[in-house]
Amino acid sequence: MAGLLDQPGYDEESLRRVSEQLPCRELQAGMLLSLMGQPQQYCYPSLFIYGHRSSGKSHVVNVLMKELELPHTTVSCVECISAALLFEQVLLSFFGCDAAAQLPRSPSISDFVRIYRQQSSQFPAKQTRFIVMEKAELLRDADANLLPALLRLQELVDDNVTVVLLSEIVWDKFRPNTGCFEPLLLHFPDYSKGELQQILSKDCHPSYSAEFYSSYINILLGVFYTVCRDLRELRHLAALNFSKFCEPVAAGKAKETETHKLWKNIEPHLKKAMQTVYLREVSSLQWEQMEEHEAGALRGLSAHTHVELPYYSKFLLIAAYLASYNPARTDKRFFLKHHGKIKKTNFLKKNEKTSNHLLGPKPFPLDRLLAIFYSVVDSRVAPTASIFSQISSLVTLQLLTLVSHDDQLDTPKYKCAVSLDFISAISRTVNFDIVKYLYDFL
Amino acid sequence: MSKRKAKEAHLPIGECIDQVHLILRKRFCHQQLPDKLEGVEAQHKHLVELLKRTAVHGESNSVLIVGPRGAGKTTLLRSVLRELSEVTEVQKNLLQVHLNGLLQTDDRIALKEITRQLHLENVVGDRVFGSFAENLAFLLDALKKGDRSSSRPVLFVLDEFDLFAHHKNQTLLYNLFDVSQSAQAPVAVVGLTCRLDVLELLEKRVKSRFSHRQIHLLSSLTFPQYVARVQTQLSLPDDFPDGKFVREWNAAVATLCEDKSVEDVLRRHFNSSKDFRSLLMLLMLCLSRVSVAKPVITPADFLDASRSCLADAQANMLHGLSILELCLIIAMKHLNDVYEGEPFNLQMVHNEFKKFLQRKSNSMYNFEQPVIMKAFEHLQQLELIQPADSSSAKTQREYQLMRLMLDHSQIMEALQKYPQCPTDLKQWATSAFA
Repeated sequence: MAGLLDQPGYDEESLRRVSEQLPCRELQAGMLLSLMGQPQQYCYPSLFIYGHRSSGKSHVVNVLMKELELPHTTVSCVECISAALLFEQVLLSFFGCDAAAQLPRSPSISDFVRIYRQQSSQFPAKQTRFIVMEKAELLRDADANLLPALLRLQELVDDNVTVVLLSEIVWDKFRPNTGCFEPLLLHFPDYSKGELQQILSKDCHPSYSAEFYSSYINILLGVFYTVCRDLRELRHLAALNFSKFCEPVAAGKAKETETHKLWKNIEPHLKKAMQTVYLREVSSLQWEQMEEHEAGALRGLSAHTHVELPYYSKFLLIAAYLASYNPARTDKRFFLKHHGKIKKTNFLKKNEKTSNHLLGPKPFPLDRLLAIFYSVVDSRVAPTASIFSQISSLVTLQLLTLVSHDDQLDTPKYKCAVSLDFISAISRTVNFDIVKYLYDFL
Repeated sequence: MSKRKAKEAHLPIGECIDQVHLILRKRFCHQQLPDKLEGVEAQHKHLVELLKRTAVHGESNSVLIVGPRGAGKTTLLRSVLRELSEVTEVQKNLLQVHLNGLLQTDDRIALKEITRQLHLENVVGDRVFGSFAENLAFLLDALKKGDRSSSRPVLFVLDEFDLFAHHKNQTLLYNLFDVSQSAQAPVAVVGLTCRLDVLELLEKRVKSRFSHRQIHLLSSLTFPQYVARVQTQLSLPDDFPDGKFVREWNAAVATLCEDKSVEDVLRRHFNSSKDFRSLLMLLMLCLSRVSVAKPVITPADFLDASRSCLADAQANMLHGLSILELCLIIAMKHLNDVYEGEPFNLQMVHNEFKKFLQRKSNSMYNFEQPVIMKAFEHLQQLELIQPADSSSAKTQREYQLMRLMLDHSQIMEALQKYPQCPTDLKQWATSAFA
């Protein structure tokens, strides 16, 4: 395995260390290394590495840079909210603080290139310098000139420098409309199931045998593999649930080799984990504490949907929900006592077969909301300022949303932004049967 | 050491390979200037004449070099400047100012850069003093004071010229062209751009001051010429230390270029673009496979390199999705088919997916809504689906309208290539009405 990476110009010992640290990524690392060439040779001006989340993009690049001791700087585009931070970091790590201090207060890319040229003429590169940009998709939101300039930085600063972009998104979505210097594309494929198993089995528990742990990983992948291929997530789940898996062994109820027994024990537990801890409903700490209690007995984050509201606010929200999910022409039938005869055939139009709960809420004007509100609320309510302020406070609570921004005062339109479960719970508290008034459930 | 002796010297193979990498990498990546340009002799001559007239006779000129990306605009200019620098009179006389539209993003920065590059007297060390207006007045003054006979000519090179046209009021372009029009200090303005409609971007007053001289660099390469270029790019120069190795290498390159499969690969690339830079990328990928253990480029290298160049990135990404995400994509595809490309939301996708599950009546993929939502959001992060309208914060997540960014054939191909794809999924994808 150690012989897979060979590239003249580098220390063999460190190459061996590199390949040890990169399980299942020797091929990609070797390709990257051969593209980088020897340290003093020129490398392609920009490389673009793409692949799924946790397919080892940053890891491979970082390990190569660290172990081979190449001059490099790693920049996360999430952190660099302005280009100035990026420039400062690059200059700082290549030329020290003096160079970074030369940047003016709000540096343009021109300043950066000028200082870089100045410095690199004093300290010319003996080795290729690498600028690694993580989460490069955020560069698209930055200044329009930044990405094209970075891609041809080698030409602009006339130094042996290579920009490595790492991203989850394919290059086609990066290309500016007037074009740019095309980087060399490199794909990191996803780990296969076997490779995932191999990597996950590496962090095995010291007090148990390796086969035992790898059979556990096998079961874990069996449950989660259809949903999640993210190595980090799987590793986290594996670490969380392992203690549950060894419980029967520790209690002496089963031996390490009795796989079927162990599987029967862990499988429902893992299924529950998918609904809770995988969705971050329950935090990892809570999940570990739950071991003693019944798993899932704890109410997760999303179970706390109950909100205390004033009486009229509740009815306003109910009215908004009805206005959002019922077509306006059915209002007469639902809310007028003495409506005329409406034929059933006429009433159910054919093209409205698709449920409104599938299409989402529709906007409605304020007048309609108030009309429905007066019809569902039993007592007489005066349209006071408090009613209107409750409507606007429902908007700030994000239970309603204001649709059109153009007229704030005059006939605003709203949408209801709560789910059916939420509104049924609310209507239960005020003894209102909302399902009876919903067009979809007729 | 005599020349004959040098030819006889044999280096160990490792050093030879190192040298090959050093020379070819410099050629491919660093865009080292070739000794002679091919195919652009007329343009070259035109530009040399023009710049010579500015440098020697003090004539003011403006010219635009227009061509697609990777067509060799910068190379042409650089080789012209190299030729001019051999003329001593020009070398003594001509001042050069290089600006790039990517770097000098507004006129203020550009002006400072000009002042800096001309070493004018308000520059101390590397710093420029004065406000924008002062700088401009100063520069114009300096340019106006000069006349044809006495002052040194200045060459302005504006790379990415079209970006300069987006500056406010096009002040810089106006002033440069204005100086080149009126009899003041002799200047030559050379713009490099890849936009054919660049003149439409100029304001009327700027356009009228421009000389309307354009040099077009449109590739008129035929396929045999293309192959010949590949050969020259890969061949080693004669001053390589080991003579025997050069002969072997060059012979190997010559046979390589006649190889049938290599020709196929090159033709495919030639048909997709005549852009020279994409060819260099291909060659770079081939070169990276050359090592001591394998000291020649083989046709298999070319095939591999072209495969990785032409690979569909979107398909690569689809390959790594989980089964659930793939299910959702198939459901979206069906929705697209049924509703003719109307945008959809998560509820509809889930509903479509549920229909499939009911029909199959196995509970293997029976996931809860939040798990599906997570998969849906992952697809959105990968930009395989994108919001149909930009009002993201206003609607609930499950009702936000989305569009699928994949086409039918991509999905079907991805399904074919997907490792261990369940058969019922494949059937579902092919059946028109689920």
